[in-house]
Amino acid sequence: MSYPGNVKVVKVPCTGRVDVLLILRAFESGVDGVYLAGCLEGECHFLRGNLRARRRVEYVKGLLEEVGLGGNRVEMFNMSASQGQRFAQFAQEMTERIRLLGPSPVKKGE
Amino acid sequence: MIVGNRKDFSEILEKLGAARRVLLLGCNECVTVCGVGGEREVGVLASELRLYWTKEGETFEVREHTLERQCDYEYIDQIRGFADDYDVILSMACGAGVQYVAEAYKTKLVLPAVNTTFLGVTIEQGMWSERCQGCGACILDMTGGICPIARCAKSLLNGPCGGSSEGKCEIDKETDCAWQLIVDRLKESGQMERYEEILPVKDWRTGRDGGPRRRVREDLKL
Repeated sequence: MSYPGNVKVVKVPCTGRVDVLLILRAFESGVDGVYLAGCLEGECHFLRGNLRARRRVEYVKGLLEEVGLGGNRVEMFNMSASQGQRFAQFAQEMTERIRLLGPSPVKKGE
Repeated sequence: MIVGNRKDFSEILEKLGAARRVLLLGCNECVTVCGVGGEREVGVLASELRLYWTKEGETFEVREHTLERQCDYEYIDQIRGFADDYDVILSMACGAGVQYVAEAYKTKLVLPAVNTTFLGVTIEQGMWSERCQGCGACILDMTGGICPIARCAKSLLNGPCGGSSEGKCEIDKETDCAWQLIVDRLKESGQMERYEEILPVKDWRTGRDGGPRRRVREDLKL
């Protein structure tokens, strides 16, 4: 199993930890896209962490549309800890999507 | 608490015009609790502005600062040392806060980033509902603790009207009929005799119809 090397993994205890500001800060630092890899819905150890994360991702999509970066640069995916193949598949999917969108217009140092 | 909605980003940009040095001013009180203008929302709007202007290749400076309150001069005065470094103060407080900041900094352009909407309560995390319109003459003792001024679409003093159906208001199936709630509460609390009392025509001069209001307590003055 392999996934594109351009994906940088940031570990959090639960996707419920991921705040709107955390995602925005990533875009401010110049990343081209952000996706959350959460547990399957209904299987959150903290009950609703991944459901909250999904709602926050939807909110950020709206914010990114407002500022002109495009809501497609952020996404939420769900998979179980044993679905490594699925993790790689989403990494590939998101990488391809971002390639089509092109680099972030707020990319630093360019 | 005072509840509001943040203005659309496009409207905020339009109001900012050519200003690129922005002091984004939050408030730690009501607008923090209703998730519209506290430290966190200041962070989100500041991030949006930075992303947008960076994308546009603009030179800018956004300073994030949140005051304990924007409706007390002592707190507003805390930005005096650096307010002049910015083209504009973009306030995320309620309308009272925006106005008081504008009064304190007469030479500065002070803009609102929030539409102030109502006095209300938290129904659940992320949901708020109107409860009071500050009419200046409370009748909650007569109406089972439910305000017909704020919660009835017609502000009827003696209701319900014909638009009440199965406990809901005709304006919207999600909106409870305030007078149905009042009757239910009066029944529950054994006060149905109050429902028989006809509430007289209200003197609205205690509310907005009497012009801007002011309250003075001489004993509290310094």
